[in-house]
Amino acid sequence: MRIPCPVCGVRDRREFTWGADALALDRPAVDAGEVAWDDYLHNRENPAGPTRDLWYHDACGTWAVVDRDTVTHAVHGSSLAETARAGKAAAGKGRA
Amino acid sequence: MRIDGHGRTGTRTVSFTFDGKSYEGREGDTLASALLANGVRLVGRSFKYHRPRGILTAGSEEPNALVTIGKGAARVPNVRATQQEIFPGLAASSQNRWPSLSHDVMAVNDVAAPFLGAGFYYKTFMWPRKFWEGLYEPIIRRAAGLGALSGKSNDEPYEKAFAFCDLLVIGAGPAGLMAALTAGRAGADVILADEDLQMGGRLLAEVEDVDGVEAHEWVSETLAELAAMPNVRMMTRTTVTGAYDQGTFGALERVSLHAAPGEAPRECFWRIVAKGSILCAGALERPIAFPNNDRPGVMMAGAVRSYLNRWGVSPGMRVAVFGNNDDAHRTARDLAAAGVSIVAVVDSREDAAPKGDFPVFAGSHVVDTAGRLGLEHITIRTGEHTRNIRADCLAISGGWNPTVHLTCHMNGRPVWDEQLLSFVPRPGSIPGMVVAGAANGVMSTRSCLTDGVRAATEALQALDLAAPDVAVPEAEDRAYAIEALWSVDGPRVKPSARKWLDFQNDVHVKDIKLAAQENFASVEHMKRYTTQGMATDQGKSSNVAALAVLADATGRGIPETGTTTFRPPYVPVSIAAMGAGSQGMGFAPQRLTTSHGPTVASGAPMIEAGLWYRPSYFPKPGETTWQQSCDREVAMVRNSVGVCDVSTLGKIDIQGPDAAAFLDFVYANTFSTLKVGRVRYGLMLREDGHVMDDGTTARLGETHYVMTTTTAAAGLVMRHLDFVAQVLRPDLDVQVVSVTESWAQFSVAGPRARELLNTVLDQPIDDTAMPYMGCGPVQVSGVPGRLFRISFSGEMAYEVAVPVGYGESLYRLLAAQAEVMGGGPYGMEALNVLRIEKGFITHAEIHGRTTAFDIGMDRMVRLKKDCIGQAASRRPGLLDEDREQLVGLKPVHAGGKLTAGAHLFEQTAEAVRENDQGYVTSVAPSPTLGHMIALGFLKRGRARHGEVVRLVDHLRDVETLCEVCDPVFFDPEGGRLRG
Repeated sequence: MRIPCPVCGVRDRREFTWGADALALDRPAVDAGEVAWDDYLHNRENPAGPTRDLWYHDACGTWAVVDRDTVTHAVHGSSLAETARAGKAAAGKGRA
Repeated sequence: MRIDGHGRTGTRTVSFTFDGKSYEGREGDTLASALLANGVRLVGRSFKYHRPRGILTAGSEEPNALVTIGKGAARVPNVRATQQEIFPGLAASSQNRWPSLSHDVMAVNDVAAPFLGAGFYYKTFMWPRKFWEGLYEPIIRRAAGLGALSGKSNDEPYEKAFAFCDLLVIGAGPAGLMAALTAGRAGADVILADEDLQMGGRLLAEVEDVDGVEAHEWVSETLAELAAMPNVRMMTRTTVTGAYDQGTFGALERVSLHAAPGEAPRECFWRIVAKGSILCAGALERPIAFPNNDRPGVMMAGAVRSYLNRWGVSPGMRVAVFGNNDDAHRTARDLAAAGVSIVAVVDSREDAAPKGDFPVFAGSHVVDTAGRLGLEHITIRTGEHTRNIRADCLAISGGWNPTVHLTCHMNGRPVWDEQLLSFVPRPGSIPGMVVAGAANGVMSTRSCLTDGVRAATEALQALDLAAPDVAVPEAEDRAYAIEALWSVDGPRVKPSARKWLDFQNDVHVKDIKLAAQENFASVEHMKRYTTQGMATDQGKSSNVAALAVLADATGRGIPETGTTTFRPPYVPVSIAAMGAGSQGMGFAPQRLTTSHGPTVASGAPMIEAGLWYRPSYFPKPGETTWQQSCDREVAMVRNSVGVCDVSTLGKIDIQGPDAAAFLDFVYANTFSTLKVGRVRYGLMLREDGHVMDDGTTARLGETHYVMTTTTAAAGLVMRHLDFVAQVLRPDLDVQVVSVTESWAQFSVAGPRARELLNTVLDQPIDDTAMPYMGCGPVQVSGVPGRLFRISFSGEMAYEVAVPVGYGESLYRLLAAQAEVMGGGPYGMEALNVLRIEKGFITHAEIHGRTTAFDIGMDRMVRLKKDCIGQAASRRPGLLDEDREQLVGLKPVHAGGKLTAGAHLFEQTAEAVRENDQGYVTSVAPSPTLGHMIALGFLKRGRARHGEVVRLVDHLRDVETLCEVCDPVFFDPEGGRLRG
């Protein structure tokens, strides 16, 4: 498996550590309430198909949002987690 | 028998041995061709019934001719004689026979065969149940089998490697060569891989012309052109074993197995990443099931042509041919031209016409064979009439199966083709792969050549490369005429006679029918019930015929029956190649501290801490157990001074205007209030409110902190901090970088720590200059360093850090000075005792299920506005007084034993799960207190100090009454560490 690092380009999967579902980008406010925090901490989809998750490139210390497919194993692309979140805040959705 | 004037082996003679006997072959021979040239037909015994077996094929699909090569630790079992090239001194031996190949006592299994059909062991060895492991299985394993490994560690070199290309062309027959030529001329970066020692595929084995010259000459010319292209890499003896995601392929190269062991690796396992691929793997000829079709001398018709035309060897001098297609006649034609007597061509097709000067029996079948250790005669049936014909070789052809295996490695299912009577690849099964030639169901040479160009053109288009105009050479272009014939039935076929399908696993037609009858009717169930298609050849020649028989037995069609799943690897891959470089110390990287050399030199046994190596203890003369050394080292720290390398702890440099706010967010407690030149203990939570890690963080300047983490969590914490900085709090202006490997850091602990330090510091320190939890820059013998007054032992202690280049020197200085002062270095055992005596926690306690509340630090979190873990840590369940809380434990009676992992119960309660009150996480024999001590977690533990509980360790059979106490056993006021 190879993953495109937004900084270094396409690299072998062994240079990366999986982090979390891309949901981890949307941290609720400290007082958002039990339901919001329960969803954030525990409740996950188990998608057969397109998925977005966070990978850490150990070599350069970059967190990337990776778009991939759990059925075909295709890796479609990645973006800096930092900009993905900023874009989300601005446009209400993630940047692929 | 060698046939003069045929074949293209070298002229040099090569001596080798088989089962201890010397033979001579020629340069370029495989073990199989050399044995056949020497008239050796019997080469192995079958897996289950120990039936005599001979060479069936001329390639990697060989089910029978498996031999063991080499001796001692380097012994390699189950090598296919059809692939093993001979070299001077090669020593091969047969397998699965005792005492010898021609007299195998286990052949008694064949007599008992009526009781040993498919599934016999599921039915026979049912009870008593405990006899299975001890009695039945060892006996079955000894009787049934292939070759065995030596069981010794083999230090022969193996290698693994990576390659990248635009196009991977798999197979170098007519289609593969044209594909590589087309792609090569287009300028693509091409890898052409072929498992044979010579490229050319069937063109090396057939008598035919390509482009007006003999096929093998055209091959040579084409290979020369490819070799001259700098953008084409040709890999012979390389089997592509698997197709994986994203254009990744596994490939096994037999680098030096064709020569005596030397410095070159024996095999190399490749990972090839290709933007596109062209599969030109050809096709495999399949046998026909008829009674006793497994005798040595019965061979595939195409293999017989290979041995004759390529190696100049005829497997027999009176050869019969049996087939359902025209290829069978080619074998007869080539052999007859070489002067070999063709006694019969038996063709199941009614309309088969004579094609040469040999007898053709149209509409006929071979219904039996005879000969104890090799074929002596065959029985032919034409209509109601049978006759016996003397023959020493029977060449059979049941048609060709396209080699679709790689197209199935990513869940692709092949498609049944009614014309070819074979499965062909489903297009698009592997992204980026185009299939061409016989693998694609294209059978004539001319159409294979054309298909290779077509495939390359398609593949090049996908890479946005222009395909050049390539002229397809003239070649043989006959139609492929075949009729269905899987298993010979009808009159004169003895119902009890076994018609073999899978030669390697001794599966015959009746086994498949039995499976269907017992309702193992799905092809996957049939496979498991009968073992059809298992072991080294994975049913390469037998699977299609077996499922045709199953389709017939269940009344379904072949497409509805389907195939079993082809999985990687295509051929067996030795673990030595796949795991090359990972044996022994190569298994994981080693991280060594700067003090490693002197530590090992002083005799300290090393233990692994993650990837790090740390000293366990430092034995002195006269000390015979670890505990003697450990007790001395603990006393040394408590009474004098000890030195310990703590460089393995994670060190993270945090700088920026918002560094303080950043730390307030990642730690449960506050760091913005920490004064410059001070250190504070920090507790880090996960977002779910449980403890992630702990450590100390020093404020070196207004905007500069350095954090320490535990050794175990250094990587985890670094990723976490990067996540917070990049994703959760990009508003903070802060930079975070790991400096773990930049600084060597040593703990100097004990009442005389300051005295020792002052021998290496340029400016001596005192309690005012460096109070408890102080920090700051220092000059260490002229080197700029850092000093932190922190303690993990409860004694007055410092950690002194210098750039790694000075680590070893500083360690030597400190250790030597300490010895002079009655102290010395101490290891992990002592470090652990010291910290347990003080109730300091490690990841034994913060193991992922404990909260700040459990370890008595929830006040730190409660006061905060927001930080990682703050919201979740307020959940009522995490603050429940009934939770297991950190406590100390000490035995009630002298000498009482405590064990980590033991559970805690009330004194009179039965030691069962329902009564569980808690568990022990860390134990130590405390030389300071004179008894064992432990840390653990106990329900409502903080309110139960003074209570007596029962410690029970079911695994080690330990029961001890313990008094619950405060986790700090020694110097609870902390007077010692303040100096």
